[in-house]
Amino acid sequence: MTTSYELSHLGALEAESVHIFREVAATFEHPVLLFSGGKDSVVMLHLAAKAFWPAPLPFPVMHVDTGHNFDEVLAFRDHTVRRLGVRLVVSSVQDDIDAGRVVEQPGAGRNRLQTTALLRAIGDNGFDAVFGGARRDEEKARAKERVFSFRDEFGQWDPRAQRPELWSLYNGGHHKGEHIRVFPLSNWTELDIWQYILDEGIELPSLYYAHRRDVVQRDGMLLAHTRFLALQDGEKPYAALVRFRTVGDATCTGCVESAAATPEAVVAEVAATRLTERGATRADDRISEAGMEDRKKEGYF
Amino acid sequence: MARLLRIATAGSVDDGKSTLIGRLLYDSKTIFADQLAALERVSAQRGEEHPNLALLTDGLRAEREQNITIDVAYRYFATPRRKFIIADTPGHIQYTRNMVTGASTADLALILVDARKGLLEQSRRHAFLTSLLGVPHMVLCVNKMDLVGYSQERFDEIREDFRRFAMKLDVHDLSFVPVSALHGDNVVHRGAEMPWYEGLPLLHQLEQVHVASDRNLIDARFPVQYVIRSKEYRGYAGTVAGGVFKPGDEVVVLPSGFATTVREIRGPGGVPVHEAFAPQSVTLRLTDDLDVARGDLVCRPGNRPHAGQELDAMVCWLTERSRLTPGARYLVQHTTRQTPARVRELDYRLDVNTLHRDDSAESLTLNEIGRIKLRTQQPLLFDPYRRNRDTGGFILIDEATHDTVAAGMITEPTLPTSNVVWHSAAVARKDRATRGMTIWLTGLSASGKSTVAVEIERRLVAAGRPAYLLDGDNLRHGLTSDLGFSADDRAENVRRVGEVAKLFADAGVIAIVSLISPYRAGRELARAAHETAGLSFVEVYVDTPLEVCEARDPKGMYAKARAGEISGFTGIDDPYEVPPDPELVLRPDADDPAGAVIDLL
Repeated sequence: MTTSYELSHLGALEAESVHIFREVAATFEHPVLLFSGGKDSVVMLHLAAKAFWPAPLPFPVMHVDTGHNFDEVLAFRDHTVRRLGVRLVVSSVQDDIDAGRVVEQPGAGRNRLQTTALLRAIGDNGFDAVFGGARRDEEKARAKERVFSFRDEFGQWDPRAQRPELWSLYNGGHHKGEHIRVFPLSNWTELDIWQYILDEGIELPSLYYAHRRDVVQRDGMLLAHTRFLALQDGEKPYAALVRFRTVGDATCTGCVESAAATPEAVVAEVAATRLTERGATRADDRISEAGMEDRKKEGYF
Repeated sequence: MARLLRIATAGSVDDGKSTLIGRLLYDSKTIFADQLAALERVSAQRGEEHPNLALLTDGLRAEREQNITIDVAYRYFATPRRKFIIADTPGHIQYTRNMVTGASTADLALILVDARKGLLEQSRRHAFLTSLLGVPHMVLCVNKMDLVGYSQERFDEIREDFRRFAMKLDVHDLSFVPVSALHGDNVVHRGAEMPWYEGLPLLHQLEQVHVASDRNLIDARFPVQYVIRSKEYRGYAGTVAGGVFKPGDEVVVLPSGFATTVREIRGPGGVPVHEAFAPQSVTLRLTDDLDVARGDLVCRPGNRPHAGQELDAMVCWLTERSRLTPGARYLVQHTTRQTPARVRELDYRLDVNTLHRDDSAESLTLNEIGRIKLRTQQPLLFDPYRRNRDTGGFILIDEATHDTVAAGMITEPTLPTSNVVWHSAAVARKDRATRGMTIWLTGLSASGKSTVAVEIERRLVAAGRPAYLLDGDNLRHGLTSDLGFSADDRAENVRRVGEVAKLFADAGVIAIVSLISPYRAGRELARAAHETAGLSFVEVYVDTPLEVCEARDPKGMYAKARAGEISGFTGIDDPYEVPPDPELVLRPDADDPAGAVIDLL
């Protein structure tokens, strides 16, 4: 019998992610994993649970809650943390609005306001490592981010002074008050995520699969008609067969028309798609060519 | 099953690197419609005639404004045969550190030159860094062929230039492609302009390059990363850094040296694993209850890494905020161990353009490379970087700022200062009557090495040339009679035979070595020893297929190995690493193999 001693590409990506989780657990005091119920954070949590088997997850998860949630995503979040027996920390954008720390722009969505809630929770809880589900294939500015990405005491990212990252040696050194964002899915693509969901039978919120719902056309995107969405002049909700490719603030996360109702069908659809995930479905990322870079410098995910 | 290939690219803006990557993405249909629309819009705004493919990869705002690439950016694309991760590294002089970063994990380096300009200093630097970082495959892309009239002469000229330079480096696999990234010739499709080019377009080469044999499957190394405890369960989690581990294997845990066996191996999520190899992340349980912690290393009793506090390393300095000076203290991060370390000496600074060594250098600044002697507070468990990138690479961290300030590649343990002095002889090589050299025949057992070697010796002596046969089997009765067949003993066997051959060659004799010498590293050391001494070394690969050798089996060894009576037999349960670049390959159908070798001399 001959063995080729080679991993499939998903096997190699899984091994790399597991290595990163263990490295953080071994070298940081208070890690936390950002969990929104979105598919990337679901895959991230699944990988984390596998990394520490048979022991429970050695860190809590945190949801930065915009208040503009899809009901099924919130229910999925609570069901998942119960199933895994992990502690959930919720940091709420609404609290920041109520306290006057941020001001909501009408109709702008709350994704950008999450930065304040996120940094406040990191400071209050003394988190020194924060796992995020960002992938380098999502966007140009993300393509340059390290796996271990240093944040100064103000939570800011300085793209021109990033630490070189060689081999699989990750430098997590920081002073008190500073922290490290850790991106275990850095090298995964959208298609990799879906193939892995399929292979592993990972459960997702139902809105990732084709379903009928009322939608509104706006700026060339399909937005879900929810209680958070204020209709503009001339907009008429209508029913369509859709699914979501990403999940965020319900007022600015678009869906796509799709009949893909199973992981198999979604993999086939993603493999053939001609639009990037953010270009298709995130109104707030389309504001400017440098939108994500500016937001990341401020401390966004 | 699609596999992953990690690529590092090197070249400057002017070489059209971003355009080449854009072209790979574009022609392999990896670009999405909205990206393409944005690209066309911006190109039109700038008044450019074609969509500027370079805009696809220049991510940060400053880069777009200045039209340069500042930082390593990662790109992803896939074909039905392979998944690719490209570390796109800038080529300007000030960004050597990014090239080093990108190359550290690469299977293949793609180096670009502009066909009009040919090899520049920076091309040499890129090639050198690729070899320093141990990237196993190198492809030189000669771009902008459209601007030199698709001239074959120009391509050949650049190729020969580069080949000459690469001979000074440690490059195992080198290939050349003439391309026009702007028009797409030989990137994904062949194009009509260069019918004289017989090789494959770039993408096909990338799809086909064979990387499985690049990894070290011999030296079993498992640095313990994290201890997983749950009730009765106690498992040692980590990423395999070399070799193969199986349940039941006898192992030792370093630095304690306690011996035990592997009880079970599990992958992520508790999936049982029968054979664990690099880069799998697994959890080992050991039969005995030992005190094992992060930073320890599990290996096989007969094949251990070096353990020591004194080591020699090549380092690349990565920051402009400080400089490396002898006496300075840092944290060294190596596998899963972090410990304070002091730079004892800076042996030399290397000029990466000329490869000149400056012994008088007193410091290293940003992007400079040199060799240092390092003393660590705790001993490190390491292998030379050439042999294993995971157990031979380290970073230095500034204790005050926590910045990563250097990348290091261990060359060897520092040898104790010797009182033995080289004694010069009165006779120089040119004073001797004859000139010697070494012919090194390598191949499987029963491949026919000795038969060819005996014939070469007979003919040379008959022709009046001093020649002497050094046969591996015969030497085991004397020179190497104390050695067995473990990986360490085999390495020592090859080293001794190499040294003896070198002495014969120096004495003016043609040494004919017939030795299985299965590992590439050992043969390369023998070659390096000859070349350092200014002696010729001709490697002849006797390429007889395993089935043929096994059918011959004159000593019945294959039968014993198949029956499990002996273990570690080359070709059966121990690998033979094929020479990537021998001077001659002899196949079983060769008419006159000995004659072919002699003709070569």
